[in-house]
Amino acid sequence: MRLLEDLGRFILLFSHALAKPPNWRMYGKELIRQMYDIGNGSLIIIALIAVFIGAVTAVQFLYQLDGTLIPTWYIGYIVRDSTIIELAPTISCLVLAGKVGSNMASEIGGMRQKEHIDAMEVMGVNTASYLIMPKILAALLVIPLLVILAAFISIIGGYLASVLGGFMNTEEYTRGVRAFFIDRNLWMMLVKAGVFAFILTSVSCFQGYYVKGGSIELGKASTNAVVISNILILVSDYLIALMFTT
Amino acid sequence: MIRANQLIKSFGEQQVIKEVSLEFETGKTNLVIGRSGSGKTVLLKMLVGLIRPDSGSVLYDGEDFYSLDKKELQHLRMKVGMLFQGSALFDSMTVEENVRFPMDMFTHLTKLEKAKRVDYCLERVGLKGNNKKFPSEVSGGMQKRVGIARAIVLNPQYLFCDEPNSGLDPKTALLIDELIHDITVENNITTIINTHDMNSVMEIGETVAFLSNGVLCWRGSKADILKSENDNLHDFIFASPFIQKLLEDADILK
Repeated sequence: MRLLEDLGRFILLFSHALAKPPNWRMYGKELIRQMYDIGNGSLIIIALIAVFIGAVTAVQFLYQLDGTLIPTWYIGYIVRDSTIIELAPTISCLVLAGKVGSNMASEIGGMRQKEHIDAMEVMGVNTASYLIMPKILAALLVIPLLVILAAFISIIGGYLASVLGGFMNTEEYTRGVRAFFIDRNLWMMLVKAGVFAFILTSVSCFQGYYVKGGSIELGKASTNAVVISNILILVSDYLIALMFTT
Repeated sequence: MIRANQLIKSFGEQQVIKEVSLEFETGKTNLVIGRSGSGKTVLLKMLVGLIRPDSGSVLYDGEDFYSLDKKELQHLRMKVGMLFQGSALFDSMTVEENVRFPMDMFTHLTKLEKAKRVDYCLERVGLKGNNKKFPSEVSGGMQKRVGIARAIVLNPQYLFCDEPNSGLDPKTALLIDELIHDITVENNITTIINTHDMNSVMEIGETVAFLSNGVLCWRGSKADILKSENDNLHDFIFASPFIQKLLEDADILK
């Protein structure tokens, strides 16, 4: 029952959020601010995680393929496809749900508690639209770019672990990275990045927008934002994988 | 003039506003007083549309607030200014940006026109030269004044103030009261103030309504308060032994 109630409120909130802005310039400014916050604020953590994703994937597959007939240059291929298809979008977005999502829930929840949202409503501002839409749009624009960057850095991470680790030479790794390329996998990565970006921002904004009470409730809203986003990201990851592979 | 007709509001089983009907006059400071939890804030929020009443109506110069379409409502909202209990200033914006926000959002004025209006409003509330400070860099009293400047920046016809003196020392509270009263008279607007501060009542309470447990118990002017024989109002006003003693000594209270 509670789930249905929340779903109804979620749909209502987003139907309000889709209203035409009274002033595009203000929304544009807010969009740029959000893009900067999401992009600049997450760049280092995404790059750091990505390099280790690539390195660990390379090392673990080297271990698993050791002693088999599969040639070692396959490692480049495995690292490339596993990061593009799965690891870069999913792990990046799970991390972003924790970082960006909880931040959005706290920001909007704090505004609710400090009556900022009420103040805007009295002025006539459509707060669902002004506070939520720029965040979602910013995430839809910036998170796919972060995911592309994460995939690229992961492949470099795989290179560092395999070549600098002395398991193969540059030519072998490059041969693997260039082998069996299917461009549809890139689309799968971008679709995942877009869907996950929408999930993590919309769920977090929803949790923050309806927060009631004090700091404990704000903390719970922030935690719920991360937990629910993560679950929905994993479920949608599975569904997108089914869509693209069957 | 704002008129509340037979307003009723319940939260769950608890009815917090019980058939309240009230008129708030133009050009006057209309005070709603009562203890904490008496329903003042809920009433105020119903008047500005932040909480929808279960039944009853709110008329702004004859227009029923809750029957307006989206466009009419937006038009009316442009005529409403509100000062919140905690000032509700946007932390990430400077004083100037806070005051300018309603103009940025809803007007097509030039930068220069907006800057002039912001300067005028800040000067009016005695905060000239504080444009570039952030809310966290000014005192509580100054934050309230920034809140007033923001509330009047679009030249409202209706001004709502929720506990404007809460958390302020008596002298600053008096300054805020006088400021609100002067703005009301200068601009001939309808001002509604929620308060439980008796100093405010005696300073600027041109019309006073007393709420107790969601019921409108008494109405009158500040001059009538001391003569009132309403027990609830009496208990509320003379809750402070200090005031009681002063009035007894002055032979006002017998």
